[in-house]
Amino acid sequence: MSLPTDPPGTTEDTNENAIELRSVEGLSQGQIVRRKFFRHRGAVVGLATLVGLMVLAYTSIGIFGSPGWWKWDPTTPLPVQNGTDPTLSLPGWLGGSGFAIGDHPFGQDEIGRDIFARTMRGTQTSINIMLLISIVAALVGIVVGALAGFYRGAADNALMRLTDLFLTFPIIVIGAVLGKLAGGSGTLYLGLALGAVSWPTLARLVRGEFLTLREREFVDAARVAGASDIRIMRKHIIPNAMGVIIVNTTLLASAAVLLEVALSYLGFGIRSPDVSLGQMISEYQSAFSTRPWLFWWPGLFIIVIALTVNFIGDGLRDAFDPRQKKIPSEREMRKALQDEKSPAGTTS
Amino acid sequence: MNDAAPLLEVEDLVKHFPVKGRGLLQRATQAVQAVDGVSFSVRRGETFSIVGESGCGKSTTARLVTRLLAPTSGTVRLDGKDISTLPERQLRPLRRDVQMIFQDPYSSLNPRHTVGKIVGAPFRLQDVEPEGGRKRAVQELLSLVGLSPEHYNRYPHEFSGGQRQRIGIARTLALKPKLIVADEPVSALDVSIQAQVVNLLEDLQDELGLTYVMIAHDLSVVRHVSDRVAVMYLGKIVEVADRDDLYEHPRHPYTAAMLSAVPVPDTRRRTERERIRLQGDVPSPIDPPPGCRFHTRCWKATEVCRTEEPPLVQIGPAPGHLAACHHPEEK
Repeated sequence: MSLPTDPPGTTEDTNENAIELRSVEGLSQGQIVRRKFFRHRGAVVGLATLVGLMVLAYTSIGIFGSPGWWKWDPTTPLPVQNGTDPTLSLPGWLGGSGFAIGDHPFGQDEIGRDIFARTMRGTQTSINIMLLISIVAALVGIVVGALAGFYRGAADNALMRLTDLFLTFPIIVIGAVLGKLAGGSGTLYLGLALGAVSWPTLARLVRGEFLTLREREFVDAARVAGASDIRIMRKHIIPNAMGVIIVNTTLLASAAVLLEVALSYLGFGIRSPDVSLGQMISEYQSAFSTRPWLFWWPGLFIIVIALTVNFIGDGLRDAFDPRQKKIPSEREMRKALQDEKSPAGTTS
Repeated sequence: MNDAAPLLEVEDLVKHFPVKGRGLLQRATQAVQAVDGVSFSVRRGETFSIVGESGCGKSTTARLVTRLLAPTSGTVRLDGKDISTLPERQLRPLRRDVQMIFQDPYSSLNPRHTVGKIVGAPFRLQDVEPEGGRKRAVQELLSLVGLSPEHYNRYPHEFSGGQRQRIGIARTLALKPKLIVADEPVSALDVSIQAQVVNLLEDLQDELGLTYVMIAHDLSVVRHVSDRVAVMYLGKIVEVADRDDLYEHPRHPYTAAMLSAVPVPDTRRRTERERIRLQGDVPSPIDPPPGCRFHTRCWKATEVCRTEEPPLVQIGPAPGHLAACHHPEEK
């Protein structure tokens, strides 16, 4: 390959490719994606933050009726301490008076309920709804998109016109109607109902992927060997469309958080005595000037959730994009050159 | 089974693709006549090539023979059994007898599967348990096509084009098929690799007694591998003959023109040779010309060519040399 007559640019290119090839040797596509994802700083920080937040929210006040480690629960009014102000104080180097949590770190509302417990419960609800919406929307979207893209013809026409119909409805209005019907009956139904209207964009993308992939020759090869339609979709097309599916489901999830917040704020989503972040903001909006922490905290958590999910989606998109190539550093280039010179270091 | 009987008989095969009309209902008013009445038969152990320029229907023919497409009409008989109208479910057990090598080795291997999984897929799909287990069978296949058995756990993206095509060939051999349809097996490869793959296919044929239907457009490759050659033009076979007979005494003007276009790597011979230049383009397969389909570009065309379609008949002294022409070449 590296003839002495090669112009310098070519050898450099070969080296870059050699490093690239060596770094993916023996790895499956999944492993390559994982490796790229964990090199994406924003995504890793986002993932760690989100996981930390979920652990905090689920353990502090417990789930499914099981008790958590936090001493108050979200709904019981308590005697007011410290004039309902947050008792959390920052460490000295941040301008506070030494780090302390106190009894009510996030403060209390006017009837004495603990805001930390309420924020944690709200975070739980919001994350649950986010997961529900994205799972339901992903399932419906994949099935609709797969059938439309794989069978084309009449099935495609029918399913895509249905998708168009769903797309023309403003989702917040549908959500409001469905939320009005389902919101009172709890998180589960609201999540399912919102998931059932959030799938159209994903269905379109999946259809597009299927349309391209079904023409690839490995699909024909599977068919010639005797594979059924279902098997071709499951084993050959969906794994290759997974990148698009995962990335868009993640982006859908961050939109789902905001949708739930918006609906609950408007009073169509989660209602009292259930707690969600949007519902907290709505409930406490009149206290804006007197007790701003009542919605600083839920607002902060909404931002953190939406931001981390977006960062994760961003990292996934980069990881699944084959055109994203790591440019080797000077050191790696020198090392590759040395390897080439000493035959013992080269692998065939 | 009678060894003298042809392995594959194709009779009057027709495939029309409807073209959607404009308007709300998108009614199909026209059809692309991709394959329009093709008949040929392939004997056991021979290599039968179909050549022609792009769009002449040769790949469609390959897909009809492997039943990746359902024919509009006509029959495809494999070992005397008509497979052209069988539903997919009944077709599945017969699939092991006909396998296919694909054109593009970058698209014909699923990038998410390991080589072992790709080559072993036919075993799983047909529920075959080879002697000594599937893994060993796959590794034997890999060494048969000149790859290392250690490549079992590697992924397609780690291989070059020629190696990938070998993986594809190993996959087609898994079920010991009677017939292999190769759709331009080497045209996506570098010339130096083409020779390796072509020779591999020939060696495998000698070793395993395979029958090939080879689709190609490279006439020198075809000359190297084939026993018999069919020439297609606009969805019809215009000439079928034994290889040497076809290359030395082409009877159909289209074949003659095509052969004269093969580059000759010798300047002296090049100037001596007469180059036939065809005028105009290939007519649209949506509305093929009446009579002989080649008459719009043929320098010998007369009135009869415009009105009457020439049948594919025996021409010249060589047995089995068929051509569809009113004014065949005499050489």
